Amino acid sequence: MSQFILHKENTRGHANHGWLNAHHSFSFANYYNPERMHFGVLRVLNDDLIDGGMGFGSHPHDNMEIITIPLAGAIAHKDSMGNSAVIKNGEIQVMSAGTGVSHSEFNANADEQLNLLQIWLFPNKKNVTPRYDQQTLDVEARHNNFQQILSPNADDAGVWIHQDAWFSLGKFDAGFETEYKIKKAGNGVYAFVINGEVTINGQVLSKRDGLGVWDTDSISFKANTADAEVLLMDVPMELN
Amino acid sequence: MQTTILYIGRDTEITTVMNRLLNARPEWKGICVCTDDEAISVCKEQQIDLVLLGNGIDAECEKVLRTKLTEIRPELKIIQHYGGGSGLLYGEIMTALSQDF
Repeated sequence: MSQFILHKENTRGHANHGWLNAHHSFSFANYYNPERMHFGVLRVLNDDLIDGGMGFGSHPHDNMEIITIPLAGAIAHKDSMGNSAVIKNGEIQVMSAGTGVSHSEFNANADEQLNLLQIWLFPNKKNVTPRYDQQTLDVEARHNNFQQILSPNADDAGVWIHQDAWFSLGKFDAGFETEYKIKKAGNGVYAFVINGEVTINGQVLSKRDGLGVWDTDSISFKANTADAEVLLMDVPMELN
Repeated sequence: MQTTILYIGRDTEITTVMNRLLNARPEWKGICVCTDDEAISVCKEQQIDLVLLGNGIDAECEKVLRTKLTEIRPELKIIQHYGGGSGLLYGEIMTALSQDF
Protein backbone atom coordinates (compact mmCIF):
# COMPACT_ATOMS: atom_id res chain seq x y z
CA MET A 1 0.00 0.00 0.00
CA SER A 2 1.56 3.29 -1.07
CA GLN A 3 2.05 6.07 1.43
CA PHE A 4 2.11 9.79 0.81
CA ILE A 5 2.77 13.16 2.38
CA LEU A 6 1.21 16.35 1.10
CA HIS A 7 2.93 19.73 1.45
CA LYS A 8 0.58 22.52 0.41
CA GLU A 9 2.18 25.65 -0.99
CA ASN A 10 1.12 27.85 1.92
CA THR A 11 2.60 25.51 4.53
CA ARG A 12 6.17 25.99 3.29
CA GLY A 13 8.68 27.91 5.33
CA HIS A 14 9.05 31.53 4.23
CA ALA A 15 11.83 34.08 4.59
CA ASN A 16 11.69 37.49 2.97
CA HIS A 17 15.06 39.25 3.11
CA GLY A 18 14.03 42.03 0.76
CA TRP A 19 16.31 41.10 -2.13
CA LEU A 20 15.57 37.41 -1.55
CA ASN A 21 12.09 36.00 -1.12
CA ALA A 22 12.49 32.32 -0.31
CA HIS A 23 10.05 29.49 0.27
CA HIS A 24 11.36 26.30 1.82
CA SER A 25 9.60 22.95 1.35
CA PHE A 26 11.91 21.50 4.02
CA SER A 27 13.63 22.95 7.08
CA PHE A 28 16.31 25.40 6.01
CA ALA A 29 18.23 28.21 7.70
CA ASN A 30 16.00 29.68 10.41
CA TYR A 31 12.95 27.71 9.26
CA TYR A 32 12.90 24.62 11.44
CA ASN A 33 10.04 22.18 11.36
CA PRO A 34 10.85 18.71 12.74
CA GLU A 35 8.10 17.29 10.51
CA ARG A 36 9.74 18.77 7.42
CA MET A 37 13.36 17.64 7.55
CA HIS A 38 13.65 15.61 4.36
CA PHE A 39 11.95 13.23 1.96
CA GLY A 40 14.36 10.33 1.75
CA VAL A 41 17.64 11.79 0.53
CA LEU A 42 15.90 14.96 -0.70
CA ARG A 43 16.91 17.47 1.97
CA VAL A 44 16.36 20.92 0.45
CA LEU A 45 13.80 22.30 -1.97
CA ASN A 46 14.04 26.07 -2.01
CA ASP A 47 11.95 28.25 -4.29
CA ASP A 48 13.90 31.53 -4.42
CA LEU A 49 12.97 34.89 -5.94
CA ILE A 50 16.06 37.09 -6.24
CA ASP A 51 16.02 40.76 -7.17
CA GLY A 52 17.97 42.07 -10.13
CA GLY A 53 21.75 42.10 -9.62
CA MET A 54 21.46 40.57 -6.15
CA GLY A 55 22.59 37.19 -4.91
CA PHE A 56 24.72 35.09 -2.62
CA GLY A 57 28.38 36.05 -2.24
CA SER A 58 31.08 33.41 -2.10
CA HIS A 59 30.32 30.73 0.47
CA PRO A 60 31.46 27.13 0.99
CA HIS A 61 29.64 23.81 0.81
CA ASP A 62 30.58 20.19 1.37
CA ASN A 63 29.10 16.72 1.03
CA MET A 64 25.92 17.64 -0.77
CA GLU A 65 24.60 17.25 -4.31
CA ILE A 66 23.29 20.70 -5.27
CA ILE A 67 20.98 21.11 -8.25
CA THR A 68 19.79 24.46 -9.52
CA ILE A 69 16.93 24.87 -11.97
CA PRO A 70 16.21 28.46 -13.08
CA LEU A 71 12.47 28.93 -13.70
CA ALA A 72 12.70 32.56 -14.86
CA GLY A 73 15.70 34.76 -15.51
CA ALA A 74 19.36 33.79 -15.35
CA ILE A 75 21.90 33.07 -12.64
CA ALA A 76 25.60 33.94 -12.73
CA HIS A 77 27.71 31.26 -11.06
CA LYS A 78 31.39 31.31 -10.08
CA ASP A 79 33.20 28.69 -8.04
CA SER A 80 36.56 27.74 -6.57
CA MET A 81 37.01 25.07 -9.26
CA GLY A 82 37.38 27.85 -11.82
CA ASN A 83 33.92 27.61 -13.32
CA SER A 84 32.19 30.81 -14.37
CA ALA A 85 28.86 30.47 -16.13
CA VAL A 86 25.40 31.88 -16.64
CA ILE A 87 22.53 29.42 -16.33
CA LYS A 88 19.13 30.41 -17.65
CA ASN A 89 15.62 29.02 -17.82
CA GLY A 90 15.73 25.80 -19.85
CA GLU A 91 19.04 24.75 -18.34
CA ILE A 92 20.11 22.79 -15.27
CA GLN A 93 23.19 23.10 -13.11
CA VAL A 94 24.67 20.52 -10.76
CA MET A 95 27.47 20.74 -8.23
CA SER A 96 28.84 17.89 -6.13
CA ALA A 97 30.28 19.70 -3.11
CA GLY A 98 32.20 16.66 -1.82
CA THR A 99 35.34 17.59 0.09
CA GLY A 100 34.51 21.29 -0.21
CA VAL A 101 33.87 24.00 -2.75
CA SER A 102 33.07 27.71 -2.62
CA HIS A 103 30.72 29.42 -4.99
CA SER A 104 28.77 32.60 -5.57
CA GLU A 105 25.36 32.90 -7.20
CA PHE A 106 23.91 36.17 -8.45
CA ASN A 107 20.99 37.27 -10.57
CA ALA A 108 22.72 37.82 -13.92
CA ASN A 109 20.26 40.56 -14.89
CA ALA A 110 20.04 43.93 -13.19
CA ASP A 111 16.45 44.64 -14.22
CA GLU A 112 14.77 41.24 -14.10
CA GLN A 113 13.78 39.04 -11.20
CA LEU A 114 15.33 35.57 -11.00
CA ASN A 115 13.25 32.61 -9.87
CA LEU A 116 15.07 29.36 -9.24
CA LEU A 117 14.64 26.04 -7.55
CA GLN A 118 17.60 24.96 -5.50
CA ILE A 119 17.55 21.31 -4.55
CA TRP A 120 19.99 19.51 -2.28
CA LEU A 121 20.32 15.75 -1.98
CA PHE A 122 22.41 13.84 0.50
CA PRO A 123 25.16 12.11 -1.51
CA ASN A 124 25.55 8.31 -1.60
CA LYS A 125 29.27 8.75 -0.96
CA LYS A 126 30.99 11.29 1.30
CA ASN A 127 34.10 13.31 0.44
CA VAL A 128 34.00 12.92 -3.33
CA THR A 129 36.09 15.21 -5.54
CA PRO A 130 34.02 18.36 -6.14
CA ARG A 131 32.56 18.67 -9.63
CA TYR A 132 30.38 21.03 -11.63
CA ASP A 133 28.22 20.62 -14.71
CA GLN A 134 25.43 22.37 -16.53
CA GLN A 135 23.29 21.35 -19.46
CA THR A 136 20.88 22.96 -21.86
CA LEU A 137 17.68 20.94 -21.99
CA ASP A 138 15.44 20.35 -24.98
CA VAL A 139 12.36 22.09 -23.62
CA GLU A 140 10.16 20.74 -26.45
CA ALA A 141 10.91 17.18 -25.34
CA ARG A 142 8.97 17.65 -22.11
CA HIS A 143 5.64 18.42 -23.82
CA ASN A 144 3.25 15.74 -22.51
CA ASN A 145 6.27 13.78 -21.36
CA PHE A 146 8.34 13.41 -18.22
CA GLN A 147 11.74 14.38 -19.61
CA GLN A 148 14.64 12.97 -17.60
CA ILE A 149 16.96 15.80 -16.58
CA LEU A 150 19.13 14.08 -13.93
CA SER A 151 20.26 10.55 -13.13
CA PRO A 152 23.07 8.67 -11.35
CA ASN A 153 24.65 7.77 -14.70
CA ALA A 154 27.09 9.92 -16.66
CA ASP A 155 25.97 8.36 -19.96
CA ASP A 156 22.25 8.81 -19.36
CA ALA A 157 19.98 11.76 -20.22
CA GLY A 158 20.50 14.96 -18.25
CA VAL A 159 23.16 15.76 -15.68
CA TRP A 160 24.42 13.13 -13.23
CA ILE A 161 24.97 13.11 -9.48
CA HIS A 162 26.40 10.93 -6.72
CA GLN A 163 23.04 9.49 -5.73
CA ASP A 164 20.55 6.92 -7.05
CA ALA A 165 18.12 9.68 -8.00
CA TRP A 166 16.31 10.60 -11.19
CA PHE A 167 14.63 13.96 -11.88
CA SER A 168 12.10 14.55 -14.62
CA LEU A 169 10.36 17.68 -15.85
CA GLY A 170 7.09 17.70 -17.78
CA LYS A 171 4.75 20.29 -19.26
CA PHE A 172 1.29 19.03 -20.05
CA ASP A 173 -1.91 19.77 -21.91
CA ALA A 174 -5.13 19.77 -19.88
CA GLY A 175 -6.54 16.28 -19.58
CA PHE A 176 -3.26 14.50 -20.37
CA GLU A 177 -2.86 11.35 -18.29
CA THR A 178 0.10 9.07 -17.78
CA GLU A 179 1.84 6.84 -15.29
CA TYR A 180 5.35 7.36 -13.94
CA LYS A 181 7.29 4.24 -13.06
CA ILE A 182 9.76 4.61 -10.20
CA LYS A 183 13.28 3.93 -11.45
CA LYS A 184 14.63 1.91 -8.55
CA ALA A 185 13.02 -0.34 -5.95
CA GLY A 186 12.89 1.44 -2.60
CA ASN A 187 12.82 4.90 -4.10
CA GLY A 188 9.95 7.32 -3.57
CA VAL A 189 8.82 10.24 -5.70
CA TYR A 190 8.46 13.84 -4.58
CA ALA A 191 6.35 15.78 -7.08
CA PHE A 192 6.57 19.57 -7.08
CA VAL A 193 4.05 21.54 -9.12
CA ILE A 194 5.77 24.43 -10.88
CA ASN A 195 2.62 25.66 -12.63
CA GLY A 196 -1.02 24.77 -13.04
CA GLU A 197 -3.03 22.05 -11.37
CA VAL A 198 -2.52 18.30 -11.53
CA THR A 199 -3.83 15.16 -9.87
CA ILE A 200 -1.32 12.59 -8.64
CA ASN A 201 -2.55 9.35 -7.08
CA GLY A 202 -5.92 11.04 -6.50
CA GLN A 203 -4.44 14.11 -4.78
CA VAL A 204 -5.24 17.43 -6.43
CA LEU A 205 -2.16 19.65 -6.40
CA SER A 206 -1.92 23.34 -7.22
CA LYS A 207 1.02 25.57 -8.09
CA ARG A 208 3.97 25.04 -5.70
CA ASP A 209 2.31 22.17 -3.82
CA GLY A 210 4.48 19.13 -3.13
CA LEU A 211 3.48 15.48 -2.80
CA GLY A 212 5.79 12.71 -1.66
CA VAL A 213 4.78 9.12 -2.48
CA TRP A 214 6.58 5.96 -1.42
CA ASP A 215 6.10 2.21 -0.92
CA THR A 216 4.95 1.92 -4.51
CA ASP A 217 6.48 1.25 -7.92
CA SER A 218 4.51 3.85 -9.89
CA ILE A 219 2.31 6.93 -9.60
CA SER A 220 -0.68 8.01 -11.67
CA PHE A 221 -0.66 11.50 -13.14
CA LYS A 222 -3.27 13.75 -14.74
CA ALA A 223 -2.94 17.37 -15.84
CA ASN A 224 -6.02 19.39 -14.90
CA THR A 225 -5.03 22.68 -16.53
CA ALA A 226 -3.37 23.67 -19.78
CA ASP A 227 -0.24 25.10 -18.19
CA ALA A 228 0.55 22.18 -15.89
CA GLU A 229 4.29 21.86 -15.25
CA VAL A 230 5.73 19.38 -12.77
CA LEU A 231 9.13 18.33 -11.44
CA LEU A 232 9.40 14.72 -10.28
CA MET A 233 12.24 13.78 -7.95
CA ASP A 234 12.68 10.00 -7.75
CA VAL A 235 14.95 9.47 -4.74
CA PRO A 236 16.08 6.75 -2.32
CA MET A 237 13.98 6.76 0.83
CA GLU A 238 16.80 5.38 2.99
CA LEU A 239 19.64 7.70 3.97
CA ASN A 240 22.99 6.16 3.01
CA MET B 1 22.27 27.37 29.34
CA GLN B 2 24.80 27.20 26.52
CA THR B 3 25.24 24.10 24.41
CA THR B 4 28.89 23.46 23.58
CA ILE B 5 29.38 22.12 20.09
CA LEU B 6 32.62 20.74 18.69
CA TYR B 7 33.03 20.81 14.93
CA ILE B 8 35.73 18.72 13.24
CA GLY B 9 36.45 19.28 9.55
CA ARG B 10 39.51 19.30 7.31
CA ASP B 11 38.70 22.37 5.19
CA THR B 12 39.97 25.53 6.87
CA GLU B 13 37.55 27.84 5.02
CA ILE B 14 34.55 25.80 6.12
CA THR B 15 35.95 25.56 9.64
CA THR B 16 36.16 29.36 9.78
CA VAL B 17 32.55 29.68 8.61
CA MET B 18 31.41 27.08 11.13
CA ASN B 19 33.19 28.93 13.92
CA ARG B 20 31.36 32.13 12.99
CA LEU B 21 27.96 30.45 12.68
CA LEU B 22 28.18 28.41 15.85
CA ASN B 23 29.25 31.39 17.93
CA ALA B 24 26.66 33.75 16.41
CA ARG B 25 23.90 32.31 18.58
CA PRO B 26 24.05 33.06 22.31
CA GLU B 27 22.67 29.61 23.15
CA TRP B 28 25.58 27.87 21.41
CA LYS B 29 29.31 27.87 22.02
CA GLY B 30 31.26 26.56 19.06
CA ILE B 31 34.77 25.09 19.02
CA CYS B 32 36.09 24.24 15.58
CA VAL B 33 39.15 22.16 14.82
CA CYS B 34 40.73 20.51 11.79
CA THR B 35 42.59 17.56 13.33
CA ASP B 36 41.53 14.52 15.32
CA ASP B 37 44.19 15.14 17.97
CA GLU B 38 42.84 18.65 18.58
CA ALA B 39 39.32 17.24 18.84
CA ILE B 40 40.36 14.66 21.41
CA SER B 41 42.22 17.30 23.47
CA VAL B 42 39.21 19.63 23.44
CA CYS B 43 36.91 16.82 24.46
CA LYS B 44 39.16 15.96 27.42
CA GLU B 45 39.36 19.56 28.58
CA GLN B 46 35.82 20.82 28.06
CA GLN B 47 32.26 19.66 28.56
CA ILE B 48 31.15 19.01 24.97
CA ASP B 49 27.47 18.34 24.32
CA LEU B 50 27.49 17.66 20.61
CA VAL B 51 30.08 16.81 17.97
CA LEU B 52 29.59 17.66 14.31
CA LEU B 53 31.67 15.64 11.88
CA GLY B 54 32.49 17.80 8.88
CA ASN B 55 34.14 17.23 5.55
CA GLY B 56 37.21 15.21 4.67
CA ILE B 57 36.98 12.73 7.57
CA ASP B 58 37.37 9.29 6.04
CA ALA B 59 35.56 6.21 7.34
CA GLU B 60 38.52 4.89 9.32
CA CYS B 61 39.19 8.26 11.02
CA GLU B 62 35.48 8.60 11.79
CA LYS B 63 35.42 5.17 13.44
CA VAL B 64 38.47 5.96 15.58
CA LEU B 65 37.13 9.41 16.49
CA ARG B 66 33.74 8.08 17.53
CA THR B 67 35.39 5.43 19.70
CA LYS B 68 37.88 7.79 21.36
CA LEU B 69 35.42 10.64 21.93
CA THR B 70 32.76 8.41 23.46
CA GLU B 71 35.40 6.78 25.67
CA ILE B 72 36.07 10.25 27.06
CA ARG B 73 32.39 11.26 27.22
CA PRO B 74 30.00 8.28 26.89
CA GLU B 75 26.95 10.59 26.75
CA LEU B 76 28.32 12.53 23.78
CA LYS B 77 26.09 13.00 20.73
CA ILE B 78 28.01 12.71 17.46
CA ILE B 79 26.37 13.50 14.11
CA GLN B 80 27.43 14.12 10.54
CA HIS B 81 27.20 17.74 9.43
CA TYR B 82 26.29 18.12 5.78
CA GLY B 83 26.57 21.16 3.58
CA GLY B 84 29.54 22.97 5.09
CA GLY B 85 28.16 25.69 7.31
CA SER B 86 25.00 25.95 5.31
CA GLY B 87 21.28 26.29 5.83
CA LEU B 88 21.16 22.79 7.26
CA LEU B 89 23.11 23.59 10.43
CA TYR B 90 20.31 24.84 12.65
CA GLY B 91 18.01 21.93 11.83
CA GLU B 92 20.77 19.37 12.35
CA ILE B 93 21.62 20.73 15.78
CA MET B 94 18.02 21.13 16.91
CA THR B 95 17.21 17.59 15.79
CA ALA B 96 20.28 16.12 17.50
CA LEU B 97 19.58 17.92 20.77
CA SER B 98 15.97 16.74 20.80
CA GLN B 99 16.85 13.08 20.30
CA ASP B 100 18.13 10.40 22.64
CA PHE B 101 21.21 8.66 21.28
